[in-house]
Amino acid sequence: MTDIDPVTLAVVQSGLQQVCNEMDLAFVRAAFSPVISETLDRSDGIYHRDDGALIAQGDLGLPVFVGTMQFGTAEVIKRAKDLKPGDVYIVNDPYLGGTHLMDVRFARPFFYKGELFAWLANTGHWPDTGGMVPGGFSAKATEVEQEGLRLPPVKLFKQGVMDEEILSIILSNIRIADQRIGDIKAQAAALVVGERRFTALLDRYGRDTVEACIVELRARAEQQMRARIATIPDGSYHGVAWVDSDGVVDAPLKIDMKIAKSGTDLHFDMSGSSPPCQGPMNSVIATTRSSVYLAIKHIFPEVPINAGTFAPLHIADPDGTFLYAKYPRPVSGCAAEVSQRIAEAVFAALTPALPDRLFAAPAGTSGNFALGGSDPKTGRGYVLYLISGGGYGGYEDGDGLSNGCSTIGISKTTPIEVIEQRYPILIERYSLHEGSGGAGEKRGGFGVNYTVSIRRGDARASFVMDHGRTGPQGAMGGKDGGVNRVMVERRGEPDFIPPHLSKDQGIVVCEGDRIHVSTPGGGGYGNPMLRDPGAVLRDVAAGYYTAAQAAGKFGVVIAGDAVDTAATAKLRRG
Amino acid sequence: MAGHIIGVDVGGTFTDLVLIGADGVARVAKVPTTPDNQAFGVLAAIAETGVDLAQVRTIVHGTTATTNALLERKLARVGLITTRGFRDVLELGRRTRPNAYGLKGQFVPLIPRELRLEVDERMDAEGDVLVPLDEDDVRTACRFLLERGCEALVIHFLHAYRNPAHERRAAEIALEIWPNGFVTMGHAILSEYREYERGVTAAVNAAVQPVLHRYIGRLSAELAGRGYGHDLLVMQGNGGTVAAGIVAEHAVNTVMSGPASGVMAAAHAGARGGFPDLLTYDMGGTSCDVGLIRGGIAQVSSELELEYAMPIHVPMVDVHTIGAGGGSIARVDEAGMLQVGPESAGARPGPICYGRGGERPTITDANLALGRLNPDALLAVDNRVTLDHVRAVIGETIGAPLGLDTDAAAAAIVQVANARMAGALRMVSLARGHDPRDFALFAFGGAGPLHAVALARELGIPKVLIPARPGITNAIGCVVADVRHDYVNTVNTRVGDLDMDEVRRIVEAQMEEGRATIAREGVEVTDIRHVFEADMQFQGQSHILTVPIPGPLVTRDELRALFARAYWDRFAVDLPEIRPVLVNLHTAAIGRRAHADIGALAASGAGGTPVPVATRRVWFTAGWRDTPIYRRADFGPGTRIAGPAIVEQMDTTSVIEPGCTAQADAMGNLVVDVGRGE
Repeated sequence: MTDIDPVTLAVVQSGLQQVCNEMDLAFVRAAFSPVISETLDRSDGIYHRDDGALIAQGDLGLPVFVGTMQFGTAEVIKRAKDLKPGDVYIVNDPYLGGTHLMDVRFARPFFYKGELFAWLANTGHWPDTGGMVPGGFSAKATEVEQEGLRLPPVKLFKQGVMDEEILSIILSNIRIADQRIGDIKAQAAALVVGERRFTALLDRYGRDTVEACIVELRARAEQQMRARIATIPDGSYHGVAWVDSDGVVDAPLKIDMKIAKSGTDLHFDMSGSSPPCQGPMNSVIATTRSSVYLAIKHIFPEVPINAGTFAPLHIADPDGTFLYAKYPRPVSGCAAEVSQRIAEAVFAALTPALPDRLFAAPAGTSGNFALGGSDPKTGRGYVLYLISGGGYGGYEDGDGLSNGCSTIGISKTTPIEVIEQRYPILIERYSLHEGSGGAGEKRGGFGVNYTVSIRRGDARASFVMDHGRTGPQGAMGGKDGGVNRVMVERRGEPDFIPPHLSKDQGIVVCEGDRIHVSTPGGGGYGNPMLRDPGAVLRDVAAGYYTAAQAAGKFGVVIAGDAVDTAATAKLRRG
Repeated sequence: MAGHIIGVDVGGTFTDLVLIGADGVARVAKVPTTPDNQAFGVLAAIAETGVDLAQVRTIVHGTTATTNALLERKLARVGLITTRGFRDVLELGRRTRPNAYGLKGQFVPLIPRELRLEVDERMDAEGDVLVPLDEDDVRTACRFLLERGCEALVIHFLHAYRNPAHERRAAEIALEIWPNGFVTMGHAILSEYREYERGVTAAVNAAVQPVLHRYIGRLSAELAGRGYGHDLLVMQGNGGTVAAGIVAEHAVNTVMSGPASGVMAAAHAGARGGFPDLLTYDMGGTSCDVGLIRGGIAQVSSELELEYAMPIHVPMVDVHTIGAGGGSIARVDEAGMLQVGPESAGARPGPICYGRGGERPTITDANLALGRLNPDALLAVDNRVTLDHVRAVIGETIGAPLGLDTDAAAAAIVQVANARMAGALRMVSLARGHDPRDFALFAFGGAGPLHAVALARELGIPKVLIPARPGITNAIGCVVADVRHDYVNTVNTRVGDLDMDEVRRIVEAQMEEGRATIAREGVEVTDIRHVFEADMQFQGQSHILTVPIPGPLVTRDELRALFARAYWDRFAVDLPEIRPVLVNLHTAAIGRRAHADIGALAASGAGGTPVPVATRRVWFTAGWRDTPIYRRADFGPGTRIAGPAIVEQMDTTSVIEPGCTAQADAMGNLVVDVGRGE
């Protein structure tokens, strides 16, 4: 027990959280890119002045950034010099504690009464950072230089003043540069909001007290995580997940997750995973670690987040695998896709250990889809960037949610009415992906189908998705969810299915062409033959499954609008 | 016209009534709420006053009928007719999950999939027809839904906010077939883009429309049967009233009318008492609601999410709710951190001190242990529970794990709860660009006045207002509310490209619609005033910022300047390089009613310094203090005391911290000068 009184500790904890939440809110509400303002693909936090360790993170932060932000801030700190109040570093180098190039980080040293107290940092997904395809999700890149502009930590703001020369370099290397200035100002302003609120907190409670609380909160979070880990029986657990392909070589990539639990520690060994790949599905180490963190946080959501939360998680560097990418390996798929397969492997490994806490695999793909072209009506270029959701896995107490956002995201879809206002396309269909929920006693949730048709001009489509080859894994006897599908229709006829199923780039489409996408359903949980026939009947009435699927997947015979009990019993006896 | 005015508000536990007599005398009544049919409680409250309904001029009713129907999902069976390809919009939502972490959770759409039908029709974003409406599809769909037992119908087409022609035509066709008139067009409820939010808002309207129609119909008939011959007005979430005869048309507008009533009462009392800028703080048994009033006008927002994935985007008084009420449970988590709420003991088992079997300490128990609540008044509930028992539980479950004695443990519960509530007040003020020090804190609800002075001190708020009857503030809100109707139209055009004549025409049409509606409902108003707002953004943004505008004759330059100023105030960002866009025009038409004088609620005692009725030991930051206990009834206008003091009344207890002074004003408010403490 320390000498901080429990009230002050609780109050400072909520105060730190509020500083971060206000940064989140300011950034989201002032941002221009829908990927930030609607999709919430960003995060804000407070980091330790010496090592970048996470002190607090906003509640609206994208989960995948939970770990990467502290690694990224640590890299800035190592390189920072001659710090002044009002300085803001910009960096997007994946190998320096990052994700992919589109995630651009701002870090601002926070001075209190003239002394460096902490770092305030945020990250935002920019709609474009240059590179070979609009939107940055190249499926075919073989080196990072093809993926876009890479920025080492440089001071974009010096004592509060933007460096117009650095800005001009950036704007000269990215698409649709004219709208970026609003996002840059919003991202920087969020840190100013944080500075104001943090200063008020320190004024109120005093520097030493807040400092002591930060140390104590870190110890408490660690203690809480250890108490959760203790509920896992000691032993070794093993899970595997597969990435469809790297986009260049058409072969699956394996994530081999061995987890050893002893006492209150978890040890993660991914050394049995596939070697580095040619295409952009390599993961940088910060993202690999963060993926394990967020998976554990999904399992134990009640534990607060700071650096202490992750102290009991020991992740061996997966040297020699595609999960520890070194320069110049291409990495655009790591944050959005590989991260989710890593989490899926963690879930698969730990489900037998904690069957009542876990769940079958969620869709686990961000469904990145970028369409870049020019609208002949306005003469202006555009980049449409969509991500999509899918079904979640069933769990002991319920069926999986339909159209949940990715494991690593908390994003909302951009409304169809907004998309159609801004781009020369139509969304012709946005519907539930029937039949995609994995069968189980508790079935998976359903993915979505959408169809994009080109109204005017030519465009190039690129996508980086996953689970096209195998569906999200079922658990405890449940079946896998339905797979992801992409199909291009030209002149009214089905014309093209990408050879790698879920990844391709530079597909030329013209006026009248359509792109059809179906996203994965969640895995089923438990033996589908034990599913309540009444629940199957309701699913058929809603059109989630056909009567034939009810019989085939669940052994339930439906006659008219009722369950044929006798025939069902017979079928289930098999 | 002479006659009594009645405000009657149905809350979760009690139905509260305020009657302002034609003679200027006020009467109040409090009876248990009757959840199965709220009308019984309303009639019982009226009966308790003994008033002759023939002598009553106006009854204004705040009901939770629609809010409860939604939260409990006791809704009408609704069918949907929508654009081909999009029947699942209402089920797929915005691709969210209930919590950022944890991949579990359930979502049940308001309209089941088998009752969502598609027809051929399509508009584009400019409002041009791409596919004409297939009228036979509409007829077939209506008949199918009627056969399936649907009571209400929603017609929701893509881009109808831009061009409603197809929705209107489909509704005409539907009304030829649909027997009861319960047909909701999406654009008529909310003429803004975002197909999920507009569709859900329309579905909510349809799902509660028959429920509200039946309820208000029954209540009106019962009142008429008892001799009432005037207007029954119903409170809406926008803080205004609507006549019973048309309330069901936009039934969705009555959702969340309870919290809105409280804020309206605050706005009225504040304006009369010389405090036009208020933070409102309503703390009850399970939650606390905070809101903001500037210049006497309650802030309104259109972004309510009633529960997970249930957005209701009609203008409503902007109230921020957190799970901190008297019944909120305190506990020490496995990390040794003291947590208070959001878990609540509710009314059952309730706090330990209620003697209904509660064994986990709550905020109310902590207040009791600290002497802030009168142990005699509370423990009368049940003899089995003693103050010693309450203190022992707090000592064991909170004090021991934290290494605190019982006094300090109880104080810690109150302080942690206060920190959470102060955070909520910061969110509605600081986080939106307002400094709480520029406001007075208006405290009500059964528990608000217990914590208000401490919160004000935490936030640097100089004055606290405690109204005469804090426990029936919502009913008072009914008495003082005006008739109000809101109209929103999407424009979505760059300010530079605006046709300012078109802007004028839209706003004037909104004003005219407001006038016509007020005339149609036949409520007596003294005049009609308007509040005009523009929802604006910079080109390329998706969020909007709401800016007050002068009216239909607003100029292009004014729009630009007002937006730039508001944007700077909110975000401290200046963006001269980017073009602003006018997204929506919003007009509120407010028909002023002749107000009853709520000064009638003030205590009639003489001014000066009242005599304490008792002295009790009460815990304050500096330790236990022998503290005088006063009766609120003794606080006539001008009455003045200095803290520490406790002021008790039937519906609440007010804590006046050391270093403060409190004085009753002519309106019956207790105005606390917070000071700096001792």
